[in-house]
Amino acid sequence: MPTQRPDAEALCRILADQMRPQVDLARTALVGIHTGGVWVAERLHTLLGLHIAPGVLNVSFHRDDYNQRGLQANMHASLLPFETEGAHIIIVDDVLYTGRTIRAAMNELFDYGRPEKIELAVLVDRGGRELPIAADYCAHTLTLAAAQMLELEHAPDGSLSFRLTEK
Amino acid sequence: MTLLRINRNPQLNSHGELTHLLSTEGLPQDVLTRILDTAAPFAAVAEREVKKVPLLRGKSVFNLFFENSTRTRTTFEIAAKRLSADVINLNINTSSASKGETLLDTTDNLAAMQADMFVVRHAASGAPYLIAQHLAATGKDHIHIINAGDGRHAHPTQGLLDMYTIRHYKQDFTQLTVAIVGDVLHSRVARSQIHALTTLGVPEVRVIAPKTLLPSGIERLGVQVFNDMKEGLRGVDVVMMLRLQNERMQGALLPSAQEYFKSYGLTMDKLALAKPDAIVMHPGPMNRGVEIESAVADGTQAVILPQVTFGIAVRMAVMAMLAGA
Amino acid sequence: MSTHIRGGRLIDPASGTDQRADLFIADGKIVGVGDTVPAGFKARTTLDATGCIVCPGLIDLAARLREPGFEYKATLESEMAAAAAGGVTRLACPPDTDPVLDEPGLVEMLTHRARLPEFAHVHPVGALTVQLAGKKLTEMAELSEAGCVAFGQANQAIVDTQVLLHAMNYAATFGFPVWLQAQDPFLAQPGIAHDGGIAARLGLTGIPVAAETIALATLLQLARETGVRLHVTRISSAAGLDMITAARAAGIAVTCDTAVHYLHLCDHDIGYFNPHARLDPPLRAQRDRDALRNGLASGAITAVCSDHTPVDDDGKQKPFSEAEIGATGLELLLPLTLKWAQEMQVPLLTALARITSDPARIMGVAAGRLDIGLPADICVFDPTADFHVTRNNLKSQGKNTPLLGLTLPGRVRYTLIDGHLAYDGTS
Repeated sequence: MPTQRPDAEALCRILADQMRPQVDLARTALVGIHTGGVWVAERLHTLLGLHIAPGVLNVSFHRDDYNQRGLQANMHASLLPFETEGAHIIIVDDVLYTGRTIRAAMNELFDYGRPEKIELAVLVDRGGRELPIAADYCAHTLTLAAAQMLELEHAPDGSLSFRLTEK
Repeated sequence: MTLLRINRNPQLNSHGELTHLLSTEGLPQDVLTRILDTAAPFAAVAEREVKKVPLLRGKSVFNLFFENSTRTRTTFEIAAKRLSADVINLNINTSSASKGETLLDTTDNLAAMQADMFVVRHAASGAPYLIAQHLAATGKDHIHIINAGDGRHAHPTQGLLDMYTIRHYKQDFTQLTVAIVGDVLHSRVARSQIHALTTLGVPEVRVIAPKTLLPSGIERLGVQVFNDMKEGLRGVDVVMMLRLQNERMQGALLPSAQEYFKSYGLTMDKLALAKPDAIVMHPGPMNRGVEIESAVADGTQAVILPQVTFGIAVRMAVMAMLAGA
Repeated sequence: MSTHIRGGRLIDPASGTDQRADLFIADGKIVGVGDTVPAGFKARTTLDATGCIVCPGLIDLAARLREPGFEYKATLESEMAAAAAGGVTRLACPPDTDPVLDEPGLVEMLTHRARLPEFAHVHPVGALTVQLAGKKLTEMAELSEAGCVAFGQANQAIVDTQVLLHAMNYAATFGFPVWLQAQDPFLAQPGIAHDGGIAARLGLTGIPVAAETIALATLLQLARETGVRLHVTRISSAAGLDMITAARAAGIAVTCDTAVHYLHLCDHDIGYFNPHARLDPPLRAQRDRDALRNGLASGAITAVCSDHTPVDDDGKQKPFSEAEIGATGLELLLPLTLKWAQEMQVPLLTALARITSDPARIMGVAAGRLDIGLPADICVFDPTADFHVTRNNLKSQGKNTPLLGLTLPGRVRYTLIDGHLAYDGTS
């Protein structure tokens, strides 16, 4: 049976509903991973009404595949508009898969300082973990074959949608 | 009819990827732009608590300086260490070369020590090319070379950090008039700047110098020559000063530092002829009162210290791009 | 040993011959030309020259044999093997050996050592000043008796014009020719490449054309004053060639030569600092190269030589400014001349003159022609076969040429020196 393409906008609302009881409007800081996670973080920031502006994480410097694949093209700088030391941070990403990106994201965060707490929020968990990483907030789970790619897209009008492709 | 050019461009590997950085000349615009784009996130690294990333962890970077330079060597060392690389500094003039060891023998010895990258500065134009060709010929082309200055030929990382600086302050290369002032004849920095500027689309690149400090055929590089500094600075967006070495006054090229300063030194008066928001750059170290007056060097239009900061980011970017190729 | 060279196309520039004809050799001399077998001739050896050109053995105005003094770079044996493989049967060697060829005893030693049947004839150029230092005159009469055909300074200029004047006057007294390179040392000294756009880009110190023309003006004036027979070696620029042409028209006894590499290469060929392109004089601009190509065709340049300078790998595997100067050339003289002739559409008769009868005239020797009674110095080559310039194919110990890897036209099949088969390309 073919996999259903998840509705990204709906999932953002579901994720926000999960997070709302747990967040501190003044203290919680969202940090989105380039690029999909950044869009989701911005959507969540609006839905939750958080005070601190969302940060942006470039995980390229901590990826574990540099020796195989070199430096990524189109790198952006990380930008954290808040003090990392002692912060309550929620890392936001679109799809959780092997867990390697999240591991790199945490390494990058610790280069800035020592947070008090880090949690993870994702729109979709597609299984296939290769590291002991788990999401604290997850809007949807599904299973995909290794050859399948699930990517978040950002339309000109700002709406988010998922694209499912074969490699 | 030119006969076969025996050597192919040694900066690129067989996949067309940058494998060495030897000169800004011959690098296509998209490669230059990519280096500048890659440098931006590395610049941010310097702002954080932990000024290190693990990209080059376990890799060995050998600084081979056949020509002395504490400044340049230090910036490369800092850049390599911020990438978590192991750095070994070799001042060759105090060791084996002075005992008669050839350049290539020195190269072979160091390659045998499992080096991953050589940063090379040498007094002879072309020396890094010889090393690159030799490494390719001896099956050691996994070792990447960065030219930290070869004779009068090139100083590509300086050229690149200068481009990064210009882009930081002026954004669009295609609207600029840039002037390079000083001893172009002896300057590898000037040559690297000229190639990068023209490749990035700067419509007017000027060189300003007395005739004794200009190489014949310099126009072939795509620049406009000015012997009159006042004329040359009119309406300019970027003023790039070059260092004048003391030795130039010894030979028959210039009579004295005082006379040079009078005609070719950058003073507040002369700077006023450029655009009001023109920036002043200098690769350092500066000879105050010879090529530049303190009021300018310490003034609001000078971006000389930011150049140094950007230089570390650019070098980190180059090392990370090469090591990952 | 009587030899019959059969079936070839005979080209003898001195007599204007270009036709199918056989050649008969006995007792080291040419005894017959044409299809009629000379009376009483019995061939011991028959060489098949079908499809080949049979011409006088090549005469090279400048080939460094590296003896005495530089035996680690090359030896007489290796370079003579290269000469024979290149069809060269007679050569002049410059005086910059170690010790310098400024004493009759040294010259005799060299010519004695070189007197083997398979070796090309060697005509040393004696030093014009002691140690080439440009201060004291050498014993030119004694040196001439020892075998020197001319006097020169290799690449080292005489700076003191007073000394230069006296040297030329003294040589003129005896009618000795003087072979000099036109290069002002002050303008040329720090330079390593032609002063122009390429040197500017590569950051190499330039040698301006003025270094040649200024020195040339001095040489030509003094030649006019002294009446000496001046031969300018390795002219490199269009401007310099124009000056020589004008001087000849004005009646000054001056000739000039260039080397084969300058007919084909220019400063672009330095490429990425290829040390093999480090030559003296430097490879100049395209327009200079074109002037040299035309000048050799018209005869404004009398002859072309190899300027053979073997350099070992250690000497060349250095950054450009530190690399030793020079290129190997004995085996490239013929192919590069043929390539030039093909590209410029110069008839073979003229092209071969530039490497046989014309250099013979400069040297003042009765050679470079296929006359009956003359020594049988012969070159038989296949103009349609290729010569691949590879380290293995070069017999010289010097593998240093910017043309490594190229394929050139013309392959020597046989070389005879005084009738002796010095090189057999078929074995």
